[in-house]
Formats: sequence, C-alpha cells, structure tokens
Amino acid sequence: MEVPILKQGEVLIATFQAALSDADLNQLRSGLVRQVVKFRSRAVIVDVTAMDVMDSFASRTLREIAHMIRLRGAETVIVGIQPEVAFAMVQLGLTLEGVATALDLEEGLAYLTQKFKNIN
Amino acid sequence: MAMRPTEEIRVPIHSDQDIVVARQRGRALALGFGFSPGDATLIATAISELARNIVSYAQKGVITLRGIQSSGRQGLLVVASDDGPGIADIRQAMRDGFSTSGSLGLGLPGVRRIMDEFEIHSRFGQGTRVAVKKWNR
Repeated sequence: MEVPILKQGEVLIATFQAALSDADLNQLRSGLVRQVVKFRSRAVIVDVTAMDVMDSFASRTLREIAHMIRLRGAETVIVGIQPEVAFAMVQLGLTLEGVATALDLEEGLAYLTQKFKNIN
Repeated sequence: MAMRPTEEIRVPIHSDQDIVVARQRGRALALGFGFSPGDATLIATAISELARNIVSYAQKGVITLRGIQSSGRQGLLVVASDDGPGIADIRQAMRDGFSTSGSLGLGLPGVRRIMDEFEIHSRFGQGTRVAVKKWNR
C-alpha cells in the first residue's frame, strides 16, 4: 500500500487509512525524503491516526524520517498518535525524542504556521 | 464474532505483511475476550514485536493465539515459535537498551514489560519459542 503524500504549499502531508507494514513504512520514508527534495518543502506532517500499533520498528522509522528531513533543513511533525498507542509506547520505553508532535492535523498545521511566522 | 476460549488461532509468519495480520487478529481476539482497548493495544504491540523477530531472524515461524482461564480470570496466550538460528545469549537479548535503541534489538524487554507473564526457550541453532500471557483485570 502506497501512502499518499499531499502537497499543501510548503508543507507535505502524509496520511493513510490502514495499518502500515514495515515495507509501507520504508516506502513512506523514501517517498517523503524524495518529495521534500523535489518540492523544496519546509515541513512534513505525518498523520498516524490510523496506526494501530507503534512498535519499535515504526517508532525508529518515524525518528529516522524526522532526522533525514531535518538534514534537508525542514521540520517534521507527527500528529494523531492515539491514546492507547501512546500508552503502549510509554510502557515499551519507545520515544520520539527530538521529533515534534501535535494532537491532530489542524494542530500540526497551526504549530508550523506559528513557527514559520517566527522565522520570517 | 464470539469465540470459545479453547479455540486456537494460528497465524503463519513469512513476511512483514503477516506481522500486521497477526497483531490485528490478536487485537480482535483480545477485544472479544473483554480486554480494554488499551490492553488490546498492548497485546497487539507485543505480537508485532514477536512476529517481527521471526521475520528478521528466522524468516518464518508461527504465532498462535489462545484464550486461557485461571481462577475465574480470562487471559490471552500468545506463542511465537520458529526453527530459526535461536538466540545465543538470552540474557543479553533481555537487557533493556539492547532492544529499543539500535536496529539489532529484539524488543524482548519491552514485551516482557507490557505482558503479565513471559517465558522464552531458545538454544543456539535450535529455534526460539516465546510464550506471553496477559490477564484481563
């Protein structure tokens, strides 16, 4: 399943409706990095609302995405982590350290708008 | 779909897609047994880690899911077994930090933390069997 990546101005938004396999996550990572380069995007939002489980592989891949995007000078925001998923992540000792998170897509966009305003 | 506690679900694990199938069936079974959504997510996460170890280290194996009962409590048993290379140093594999940070992690300390009971049998060259249980509170 290919994760659709939408372009909204300077922001790329990746959102999906079903659980992602490891291969899907790897594809998401390469797709986002490719498109950030292509569109000279300033930020990426990954909406994980549909993610049923955030295990060690998924958290590592999201951290890697954020770090790669940062090396391009852009910012990543992870939005939509469900309460039960957040609980399981904490119990497992998984973190998204150094990665911005927001409640949902709207909050994520608001965070980026504020951030861009401060830079400009 | 209601399911009698004695029935067993076997999910063959051959690819990363099977990891998703196994954890989704585990979650559905847990919810059917009356586990809270939070506990069902913990169970699904544990299954995800165990199934991934099979794919990563043994290439193929099986996840079995079964309802269990003990002194009036309902529980769920997850067994991950494979005929892969086995784990040479179980104590190292169970060390925290060895698991979550690098790509070499087995995620086993995390699995032990989120489940109520944890048992591992593995010998170098003779496969691995991990059995975990979660009891419904």
